[in-house]
Amino acid sequence: MECVFGMVGKGFALVVADTSAVNSILVHKSNEDKIMVLDSHKLMGASGEAGDRAQFTEYVQKNVALYQYRNGIPLTTKAAANFMRGELATALRKNPYMVNIVLAGHDKETGPSLYFIDYIATLHKVDKAAFGYGSYFALSMMDRHYHPNMTVDEAVKLADQCIEEIRSRLVVAPQNFVIKIVDKDGAREHSWRRTTKD
Amino acid sequence: MSRRYDSRTTIFSPEGRLYQVEYAMEAIGNAGSAIGILSKDGVVLVGEKKVTSKLLQTLTSTEKMYKIDDHVACAVAGIMSDANILINTARVQAQRYTFSYQEPMPVEQLVQSLCDTKQGYTQFGGLRPFGVSFLFAGWDKNYGFQLYMSDPSGNYGGWKAAAVGANNQAAQSMLKQDYKDDISREEAVQLALKVLSKTMDSTSLTSEKLELAEIFLSSSGKVKYQVCTPDDLGKMLVKYGVTQPPAEA
Repeated sequence: MECVFGMVGKGFALVVADTSAVNSILVHKSNEDKIMVLDSHKLMGASGEAGDRAQFTEYVQKNVALYQYRNGIPLTTKAAANFMRGELATALRKNPYMVNIVLAGHDKETGPSLYFIDYIATLHKVDKAAFGYGSYFALSMMDRHYHPNMTVDEAVKLADQCIEEIRSRLVVAPQNFVIKIVDKDGAREHSWRRTTKD
Repeated sequence: MSRRYDSRTTIFSPEGRLYQVEYAMEAIGNAGSAIGILSKDGVVLVGEKKVTSKLLQTLTSTEKMYKIDDHVACAVAGIMSDANILINTARVQAQRYTFSYQEPMPVEQLVQSLCDTKQGYTQFGGLRPFGVSFLFAGWDKNYGFQLYMSDPSGNYGGWKAAAVGANNQAAQSMLKQDYKDDISREEAVQLALKVLSKTMDSTSLTSEKLELAEIFLSSSGKVKYQVCTPDDLGKMLVKYGVTQPPAEA
């Protein structure tokens, strides 16, 4: 019942993820941060098998950091996305990582960008993306209300509409969500949407 | 005395020298020279050809200049067969990077990667070092136009102007005198041809004895690697006044 979704606005990209950590019928915690800050200007929202999620996202984060230490320059969002896709593709025929990722980044030369990367190494550069059961509601909402060059307020309002839809229509909807944003000033947490305190 | 430490490539001499690496550099000192000059709108590479014969297919074969990727090329000085191996290695490394990241490999990273390969042959494996020095010329979005020189030890440096091969020290000091930071590509070509003509041993300088290549941005913003045709080269030599007519028999 995990949901991760994201969209591109004017000069920024937004990633929203639920914060539930679930095992069968038990909710371990409802403040699990699934949007990892990959580097100063990249966000990676991941959903899927919990162990794989942590393992793969940390692996990517460390490789991105290593590249920067070795070469003195950061990877572009596109390069990071393709690197991730390559790793997923290599593991696919032996030991697939069951992780779906929404990668958002901001580069000086090309501005904000969003990438949809699923567990079988599909890579798409998109304006809006969503994973999980929540995607049925989030994508429909975004298809109806999204337009290019939205302001941060408009995008957050649309994210709220998606969250509302997920909450009211998904049978075991996640309780809390976190919203993170990345723009020219960097990647950071924007806000939380809580129905329960942990 | 030092002969005892020559034959094994991967050991130090008592004075702390790696003889095989030094001998490799000796071999390059006898090979055809190459000069590279960085200008604000491009990089110029000029090479002296040692094999000149009317029978050689000049249109399809190059002796000194090689394209590594769309945005990087190199000039070679030393043992040609060694150079071919390394050029292939560099090409594979560039494509492997692009396969992973879907972007052209930054020039310095390519040079560094190749030099790491070369360094391996000075430390383990028991194989001799490569008898080649390279001048890498390229463009990337991080640092624009760049020129790198690398040698058999696996060391490399970024240069504004550099020379490898025969008489490289004389060429290097001439470049030091005449190079200006804001040199244009055309002036760089002129300087390279002038310096090469002065340091080359041969009595007559014709376009058959030289190879000239330039890396620059085309009007559409794409990186272009262009090897000069022998005819154009001949005209340039006359224009810059560096050509010496062959001795009439």
